Amino acid sequence: MTTLSGAFFGVIHRDLSIAMRHRGDLLNPLFFFLIVVTLVPLGISPEPARLAAMAPGMIWISALLATLLALDNLFQADFADGSLVQMMLSPQPLWLLVLAKIIAHWLVSGLPVVLFAPLLGLMLSLPQAGFLPLLLGLVLGTAVFSLIGAVGAALTVALHKGSVLLSLVVMPLYVPVLIFGSSAVQRAVDGMSYGGVLAILAAVSAFTLLVAPFAAAGALKVGING
Amino acid sequence: MWQWFHKLGSPRWFYQISGKFLPWLAVACVVLIATGVVWGLAFAPQDARQGNSFRIIYIHVPASFLALAGYYVMAAAGAVGMIWKMKLADMVMVAAAPLGAALTFIALFTGAVWGKPTWGTYWIWDARITSMLVLLFLYIGIIALSRSFSTRETSARACAILALVGTVNIPIIYKSVDWWYTLHQPATIKLSGAPSMHPDMFKPLLVMILGFYCFYALVLLLNTRTEILLRERRTTWVKELAEGK
Repeated sequence: MTTLSGAFFGVIHRDLSIAMRHRGDLLNPLFFFLIVVTLVPLGISPEPARLAAMAPGMIWISALLATLLALDNLFQADFADGSLVQMMLSPQPLWLLVLAKIIAHWLVSGLPVVLFAPLLGLMLSLPQAGFLPLLLGLVLGTAVFSLIGAVGAALTVALHKGSVLLSLVVMPLYVPVLIFGSSAVQRAVDGMSYGGVLAILAAVSAFTLLVAPFAAAGALKVGING
Repeated sequence: MWQWFHKLGSPRWFYQISGKFLPWLAVACVVLIATGVVWGLAFAPQDARQGNSFRIIYIHVPASFLALAGYYVMAAAGAVGMIWKMKLADMVMVAAAPLGAALTFIALFTGAVWGKPTWGTYWIWDARITSMLVLLFLYIGIIALSRSFSTRETSARACAILALVGTVNIPIIYKSVDWWYTLHQPATIKLSGAPSMHPDMFKPLLVMILGFYCFYALVLLLNTRTEILLRERRTTWVKELAEGK
């Protein structure tokens, strides 16, 4: 029988190698992120001052939408080919395997969004001071997006019209992260300290990390039987 | 000691017992709401600054109370259903979702109607209004999820999980929206006004709140009974009931 850590890292390794073989799927959310941000100056105004005022919120909202878009294939493919059911039947605790899947998913969908964000900050003329809190906040924030999103993805995995429903279910739960994340950037731009806000965001993500894998595992059991 | 608990889990027993409560609840609801409406709209004194427009408070405040309380009722029922595998709790949960969403909508709508004469605008991004809107979205998510499963049992289980996740989140959402509002607070409008209501205005409000609680219980019972009949439609007792035996 495989050890706990063996199973955990095995799932991460497997998911990462599958993702590497479908590189196109990895890039799509990033292009989505880029295009949404490009629409902002086109839709509102290319004037740097106005863009800078909106940049923290716009980047965060687009990052939220991009990670939301990627959530669909967290469990979907594994459910379709039956390997998800095998994971549920395995002797290892399901929440651990789910956590492994979430981590792998964040590495291929959340992390690229984080790394891409400074470029979009430049495009929206975000002031210098905002870049560091944007990066730090997005690291914590996208992790929460993936964790909470996993619960929604697990609930809707067996429904074939899952995508819109998934967004509807998950988005209200993203509100606190969006508020703290974008205001950390805003505070930094305004020359105030942002450490406290990031600390709250970190607390939210630590709490979510504790709770979400269990909720997602429970949701998978319900979702698949449906 | 646990016997009543197991009995409570039997939809049939609940259906029969709740049938006996219904008329009393309906009478209490009609009397309280009728008294509150007439008292509040016709006899309570006018507000010194807002004139008659303040009277919408008699709908707005009770609806807002129950909109939030309803979410906790739903989540508690979902938790009971999940922990003790109690079918009845699942049914209560499914019945509570649309009711809560409707009350949240009423609270938002009356708030907007009230805002126009008071602040000169239908909508402002105030902390409480925004939290209420997010609450409405949480309800909508649950209703949407509950409609998309093919079996009622799975749908209730799934919604219970979502409701519990939402419950854990609600305090965080409320705190974050409060904090967000203090950042962007416009100086002119202050919603936390109304420091102390005159007793003549407050008494009808209390009656209305009680009336709304009865109304909530009544509609929740009716919804649950419908849900029971729908889910148990293949059992003999429901068939006998339908044939009027």
